[in-house]
Amino acid sequence: MAQLIGGLATSHIPAIGKALAKGLQQEPYWKPFFDGFPPIQQWLGEVKPDVLVVFYNDHGLNFFLDKMPTFAVGAAAEYSNADEGWGIPTLPSTPGNLDLSWHIINRLIADEFDIVTCQEMLVDHACSLPFKLFWPEHEVAPVQIVPININTVQFPLPTAKRVYKLGQAVGRAIQSWDSDKKVMVLASGGLSHQLDGERAGHINTQFDQQFMQSMVSNPEWVTQFSDLQLVEKAGTQGVELLMWVAMRAALTTAGSGVRKVHSNYYLPISNTATGVMALETLE
Amino acid sequence: MSQKITIPGTTPFDGAEAMKGYALNKMCFSFNDKANRDAFVADPEAYMSQFGLNEQQKAAIRSKQVLELIAAGGNAYYLAKFAGIFGLDMQDIGAQQTGMSKEAFMAKLAAYAQQ
Repeated sequence: MAQLIGGLATSHIPAIGKALAKGLQQEPYWKPFFDGFPPIQQWLGEVKPDVLVVFYNDHGLNFFLDKMPTFAVGAAAEYSNADEGWGIPTLPSTPGNLDLSWHIINRLIADEFDIVTCQEMLVDHACSLPFKLFWPEHEVAPVQIVPININTVQFPLPTAKRVYKLGQAVGRAIQSWDSDKKVMVLASGGLSHQLDGERAGHINTQFDQQFMQSMVSNPEWVTQFSDLQLVEKAGTQGVELLMWVAMRAALTTAGSGVRKVHSNYYLPISNTATGVMALETLE
Repeated sequence: MSQKITIPGTTPFDGAEAMKGYALNKMCFSFNDKANRDAFVADPEAYMSQFGLNEQQKAAIRSKQVLELIAAGGNAYYLAKFAGIFGLDMQDIGAQQTGMSKEAFMAKLAAYAQQ
């Protein structure tokens, strides 16, 4: 059976794509953010995952309000990035893993998650940027992916408790996949930020740090909060931390626990408090 | 059902907002394509009419004021594509909504790092 060997998490921001395109990684504004990645890049070079299941939130590239799924699972051979409205150079396509996609879809539905399936799925910066951050030396990261989109556009959002259960179901699905592949789960989103309204610019460092700590030692902590409580604490876009919840919940189904490989918390990048983390599954 | 919370300066984009802002957000969604952005810039009034924006939404688009766009049902993720047409970044948008200068808004963000 496939092995679930660990998890990754990072914030995503369109401006990161701009910084990469312009080669600004060593600029004073950007360096403390990009410096969070090398220890994780080195670890990835050692453990070499084959497939990543990516929890991310679409920002109005693939999904519109005409059909807005709460959970959508990709089942495509390839996932392409596209212009999101700002003319930032598009990132390379990432190959999918169809066998794992359909295995996860089948297992999730058997587990009573009535997900949407997508044989065509444009992936925005949320799903594309992490591969440039974790594998900067590669034009195309040496992995295949299965993207899982979680709605953060239209309220009500799935509760943190439900996202946690989804993550667990995905973790179980990965480990029941008849394959010798090494799999990781990746979360793209958060941490606290708010773009809209008079409250724009809201950041909550205390909450973020407590959340990051909980990801290591007490992953269910955040499941006590409703979607609006998360908005109150982390901002309207801070709710993207739900991706981290799914990632971490998946790891609870593997091995005896997790070891934190590395983490970094830095702000502000654009209007966002950024978090980066790598967790390794312990045998 | 989650308990009702009122968060000052925040409009959660729920079903009521999604219905109210549908035409406005659909137009902004179209701005993913450069050809559509160009068509809007060439003739904003015709483009807005094509998407069936109501008067409040048209006025909000003309004003380029994000708070007015939100009041007309706009969603932050789609509105960001409209802002991009004018080269506005998230600090421009933040400054506009909070009534601060861009420098003051960025200083406010940076100050959180000292907490």
